[in-house]
Amino acid sequence: MNDMQFLTWVRGAGLDIAVSIFLLGVLWRLIEIYSLGRKKDLAAPRQVSGASGWHTIFRRSVPPEGMMKKSPVSYIGGYTFHIGLAIVVFLFAPHILLIKNLTGLSWPGLPSQFIDLAAVVTMAAMVIVLADRINKPVKRYLSTFGDWFTWTLTFLPVLTGWMAVQHLLLPYTTMLALHILSVELLLVFLPFTKLFHAFTVFGSRWYNGTVNGHKGVAV
Amino acid sequence: MSASLEKGVRVLKEVIDAPIASYFNSCVHCGLCAEACLFYTETGDPKYTPIHKLEPLRRLYEQEYTLVGRLAKLVGLSKPVTDDELEEWKELVYNSCTLCGRCSVVCPVGNDIVYMVRKFREGMSASGHAPEGIIGAVNRTVTIGSPMGVKLPAVKAQMKHVEEDYGLPIPLDAEGAEYMVMLSSMEIINFPEYLAAIAKIMHQAGKTWTLCSTAFEATNAGMQIGNSDLARVLVTRIVDGAEKLKVKTVISPECGHAYTALRWEGANLIGRPFTFKVQHIIEVLGEFQEQGLLKTEGFETDRLTFHDPCQLARRGGVIKQQRNLMNMVAKNFVEMPDAGFMNWCCGGGGGASAIEEGEELRLEAFKKKKSQLDTVKPDRLVTACANCRIVLEEGLEHYQMDIPVVGLTEMIAEHIPDQTTEKGA
Amino acid sequence: MQGSLIETLARQGVTRRSFMKYCATLASMMALPPAAGRAMAEAMAAAPAANKRPSVIWLPFQECTGCTESITRSHSPSIEGLIFDAISLDYQETLMAAAGHQAEEALHAAMKDNDGKYLLIVDGSIPLGLDGAYSCIAGKSNLETLKEVAKGAAAIVAMGSCAAYGGIPKANPNPTGAVSVSDVIKDKPIINIPGCPPIPVVMTGVLAHFLTFGSLPEMDGKGRPKAFYGETIHDRCYRRPFYDQGKFAKTFDDEGARNGWCLFELGCKGPVTYNACATVKWNGGTSWPVESGHGCLGCSEPDFWDGGGFYKALSMPADPLKFASAAAAVGAVAGVAMSFANRGKKSAAKSGHETTTLADLEK
Repeated sequence: MNDMQFLTWVRGAGLDIAVSIFLLGVLWRLIEIYSLGRKKDLAAPRQVSGASGWHTIFRRSVPPEGMMKKSPVSYIGGYTFHIGLAIVVFLFAPHILLIKNLTGLSWPGLPSQFIDLAAVVTMAAMVIVLADRINKPVKRYLSTFGDWFTWTLTFLPVLTGWMAVQHLLLPYTTMLALHILSVELLLVFLPFTKLFHAFTVFGSRWYNGTVNGHKGVAV
Repeated sequence: MSASLEKGVRVLKEVIDAPIASYFNSCVHCGLCAEACLFYTETGDPKYTPIHKLEPLRRLYEQEYTLVGRLAKLVGLSKPVTDDELEEWKELVYNSCTLCGRCSVVCPVGNDIVYMVRKFREGMSASGHAPEGIIGAVNRTVTIGSPMGVKLPAVKAQMKHVEEDYGLPIPLDAEGAEYMVMLSSMEIINFPEYLAAIAKIMHQAGKTWTLCSTAFEATNAGMQIGNSDLARVLVTRIVDGAEKLKVKTVISPECGHAYTALRWEGANLIGRPFTFKVQHIIEVLGEFQEQGLLKTEGFETDRLTFHDPCQLARRGGVIKQQRNLMNMVAKNFVEMPDAGFMNWCCGGGGGASAIEEGEELRLEAFKKKKSQLDTVKPDRLVTACANCRIVLEEGLEHYQMDIPVVGLTEMIAEHIPDQTTEKGA
Repeated sequence: MQGSLIETLARQGVTRRSFMKYCATLASMMALPPAAGRAMAEAMAAAPAANKRPSVIWLPFQECTGCTESITRSHSPSIEGLIFDAISLDYQETLMAAAGHQAEEALHAAMKDNDGKYLLIVDGSIPLGLDGAYSCIAGKSNLETLKEVAKGAAAIVAMGSCAAYGGIPKANPNPTGAVSVSDVIKDKPIINIPGCPPIPVVMTGVLAHFLTFGSLPEMDGKGRPKAFYGETIHDRCYRRPFYDQGKFAKTFDDEGARNGWCLFELGCKGPVTYNACATVKWNGGTSWPVESGHGCLGCSEPDFWDGGGFYKALSMPADPLKFASAAAAVGAVAGVAMSFANRGKKSAAKSGHETTTLADLEK
């Protein structure tokens, strides 16, 4: 298989398979998790404005008092690579075109030099976050194969995409095909790893905020 | 003697719900929960990471309620939870967790870890893996009526002393009273001034109140061991007493988990909403203050700070009232760092103070409280939970810190002008 | 500079100076040092006089003759065509005067006289289907002819995408079983000059290199001369700033198109295509596809016909997604099935609940 055929495959059959497994996995897992349900809380609620599940969905993105000092790498590194990923994925013109083709939605993008910068910053943040996971006792203690695997799954698309644009290591066509393949792998494994937090974080924050909001505590 | 792993697993299967499923699937192993837990911060041992305390529950959830997990268990890729494992986890789930809830408010993906620990204790207790000390407390609460073994005669004796010393009547089983007051064992035995304080406050506010002979104990050891069946037994006593006496509001005393058990878990334990209100004594005082029913004179002049009990503030939603009350009677009230919602636990809640073998760990964790106090350097420490008081006193003694601990309700009552303290008046 | 070539050029109105300039340009285009330009000029000028013009045999196979058309198209009189004065084109079906048996005799004579030394140029793919019956010349299949003539060749130039990679005949479903030269011949140096058709000057550059140095120029992983195929169209495209700014034409006729914006959305394959069109351009530097408002087809890349559509942007799926909705439905069903299993298990646990008494706290 030459590089053009490889590229055509990942743009064609590969994408079909990956998106299919992704959709199948997401729906299955969401229903599997949330269908367990929750018993109604019969205690008399305490109404306090600002204390609710919806509030927590947004508020929990801000570190609580005193926590930033305790682990600045977790927060700053985390923010940086999440926002960086969002910028690279959603504001790069060729990506917007793909989304437009798949969903019909589109929006203006950023010039590719900004995306380039965002990609580099994202990768740097991810490397720092990885180093922190190796160095900090708690993170190291908690880490399993899944943590290293999902880091790699997330890092490779940024790396290969950036390398393709920069014409590094392999010819563009091959690098582009590898980039698309790495994204497809990410899609395939997302619903079955901790990456699924991309979907469940909303439910978790909502439940937490609701249970505490019932008591009038704004979390 | 019929606890078994099978029972424990069955109970856990019962209590696992969508929130727990969502939480386990959201955890990204960031370790921030450890940074919020005083048992980790003061020991540096990563095994005290809150989410790690739930590891057997997580595996059980996956093996029972996810397709991938079920298959993994079938082919042997996921090991079933064993008795030995639960025994190993006893220390993590009980000694090193006071259900303080700090982990739940810092988790970036929103995991309510304390909610999960509470549920995990259901399985631990049903499978015979609860610590000896708490089992003893539960035993005494259920059979005798209080975790410290206090019976009605002892209560009546205290009532008599208070009536004699302060000239205020202490009603017992008065039907139709507005408030039914409960006590915790600690108060009955160690802090009898509390009962006197209640009498003074109610008298000034002109409210009717009563103790209940069948439900004078507020402490819910069933909640601490984490067993809903036993917690229900204890709550039912209170509900029956309150409904029999037809009171409007039941007051939970200065005790942390008593409030949580009755106010927030109670209705769910008995399966129907209450027909009466439940308030913490601090809530009641706060209300009286707002309504002008609480009048004080004079001020404490020494440097005071306040320790927010976890179950009252962060877990109970009563945060502002205690500050308003402090300011009412203290000229020199200073807040310790992280005061209020983010306060650090005394280290003895959730049944931990009943676990003898956990004392060393508790005292090490107390370094966090010590550091808060070292920063603010108070003359005295005020709080609103009898268990916190005991634990704080123990810790302060261990570290040779000369800081007396005072109960807020008592302190307030001391500033109520004496109108009826003459005997026989 | 002496030689009959110079005299021929002078007669055609091409000065010696122009000829030198041409050779220097050719050399620099191929990233060769300045001295190479002079060497090229001397080699080409001397060749006719020494009567040692290298023999070149041009075999046309399953092709459209576009490559021949391209190479013979030149606007500035004779400059590209002049290469033919520096070589002895002993066999070229479109250009030679002879036909039939005479043409075949010319071929075999050239092969015999220059055995081991002639340059073989091939355009068109080689069909393997039906034992090669899809394309026969003088009663022999192209496959047989190629093998025969390749035996005595010093080197082979696969001219055009068909010869280099199979080209249009190889496009799905490839009914004739078309393959490239390098699929058939394994034991000779082969240089690919892909393009549909290739740019004329690339052809001449390669021949000039061969004439001057007696070897083929440096090639990339796909056997193409790096000098002309070393960069992608995208990296040399004059509309690149528009790509970087996200300014794309959305139809061939909208304001963006009129403003000369990037044609990526209209399917331009510039980013994955290696060729010299963006710098050298066509028709003596007149224009090239993108400049004329149409996206690059990727014609110098293998299998460009099957690359998912000329008007489909590279960032778009090559084919519409076939399984997505079905997969989503299957996922939902799996989730619902699990939820029934889960809830069943939970309520079984609930109904099997044994109320814990004090005795049950110990084992």
